[in-house]
Amino acid sequence: MSTTIARTLDMKGFACPLPIAKTAQAIRELVTGDVLEVLATDPGSVPDFDAWSVSTGHQLVERTEEDGVFRFLIRKG
Amino acid sequence: MPAEVVVLGGGVGGTLVANLLAKRLGDDAKVTVVDPTGMHVYQPGFLYLALGQANGRWLVRDERTLLRRDVDLAIERAVRIHPEAGTVQLERGGSLSWDYLVIATGARLVPDQIPGLSDGAFGFYSLEDAERLREELRRFAGGRVKVGIAGIPYKCPPAPVEFVFMLDQYLRRRGLRERSEITLLSPLNRAFTIESASKLIQPIMERRGIGLETFFNVESVDPSAGIVSSLEGDKAEYDLLVLVPPHRGQGLIDASHLGDAGGWLPTDRHTLQVADNERIFAIGDGTDLPISKSGSTAHFEAPVVASRIASLIDGSAPRSNYGGRVMCFLETGDGRATALRFDYEHPPVPPQPSRVWHAAKWLFNRLYWETVPQGRIPEVAMRRRGPNRRGANGRREP
Repeated sequence: MSTTIARTLDMKGFACPLPIAKTAQAIRELVTGDVLEVLATDPGSVPDFDAWSVSTGHQLVERTEEDGVFRFLIRKG
Repeated sequence: MPAEVVVLGGGVGGTLVANLLAKRLGDDAKVTVVDPTGMHVYQPGFLYLALGQANGRWLVRDERTLLRRDVDLAIERAVRIHPEAGTVQLERGGSLSWDYLVIATGARLVPDQIPGLSDGAFGFYSLEDAERLREELRRFAGGRVKVGIAGIPYKCPPAPVEFVFMLDQYLRRRGLRERSEITLLSPLNRAFTIESASKLIQPIMERRGIGLETFFNVESVDPSAGIVSSLEGDKAEYDLLVLVPPHRGQGLIDASHLGDAGGWLPTDRHTLQVADNERIFAIGDGTDLPISKSGSTAHFEAPVVASRIASLIDGSAPRSNYGGRVMCFLETGDGRATALRFDYEHPPVPPQPSRVWHAAKWLFNRLYWETVPQGRIPEVAMRRRGPNRRGANGRREP
């Protein structure tokens, strides 16, 4: 499956739960299968996005970290 | 010529910064507070008001009585800041010029951003809402109570948790608890943002039979059906709905093109300067800083801004930095409370809820009017204590 990014949400510098709330909002505007890219710096976002994807059924397809920036790719379920 | 300092907003931060500046600078500065109402509201009291434990009069005082005599008070609404000209335009015409500006205008409640919220939900984030909720609770005869958050960021992050605990106690006292269900709708997978606090809070919620619905970011309310819906696609039925309304920065910030998309001021996390403006500072709920929007934050920020402005005026080296310090009490009901003390580098290690912390909060509420706006709480009393005080390297901080 391709991972063309449909939208990017820049949440760098924001503390949870804001990245989760904004992601929930952004993913509503996508269609099933679209991939949302989220950039965050709050280390707490890692477990939060894990739990969120399990709870909502949106798939966390990739998580990487570079220079303290976490990048999450989430496919809308 | 004295330097002109204009402080926008007569809340905790604005009042304290004005008093500290006037005290430190004397004749070297003319300090003016601009506030649209001229009334100072103690917002932490809304929670107690809604639950019938306080009366509204205790929560409001004339701002004039809280300011030093050498601070001017202009009861005016500021409508536009002109950073280049160094002026602020007032709603009734006229403008004030400033050499240094402090923006302490707080956050604005925007309930209309959530469809159905104004008709379907009660709240305790304004004096009027808290009074309306108190009346509704008096009429309440039992049923499903849902308590949730309709927008992030919002003021006083522990307030919804405090509310469910205090509501549990309130309903038990009225003999209605058996006939009621209380559920907290949380934006995350736990009861509270801060993990260590959540670990303390959730077992107490379980013991009290308070439900927790996770990942529930409120999207809309259907008042006729009695249903609240989340962005995650879930629905919850209610008989009484209590929501924290969405917040944004003030219209003044939007009109002056100083804020971000949410109307929050881009603020330096240490100097509290507003981006690209050496002579403009921000404190309190209006900043974009990733910390709690609370009176406590403003309380800790005000001395930093006062010291920095004083240095700019008297030419001394600016030394004071804000370290992100916040201190909140968290009521857990039944006359107990815990405390959250943290900063940018140190997450809180909340103590087990006890009567001591509840008494401390009660005392703080009582003493607020005579101490906080005037800067009479000594710095040492607000220091972090306990395990928190050890730095990351394990050594005791000076």
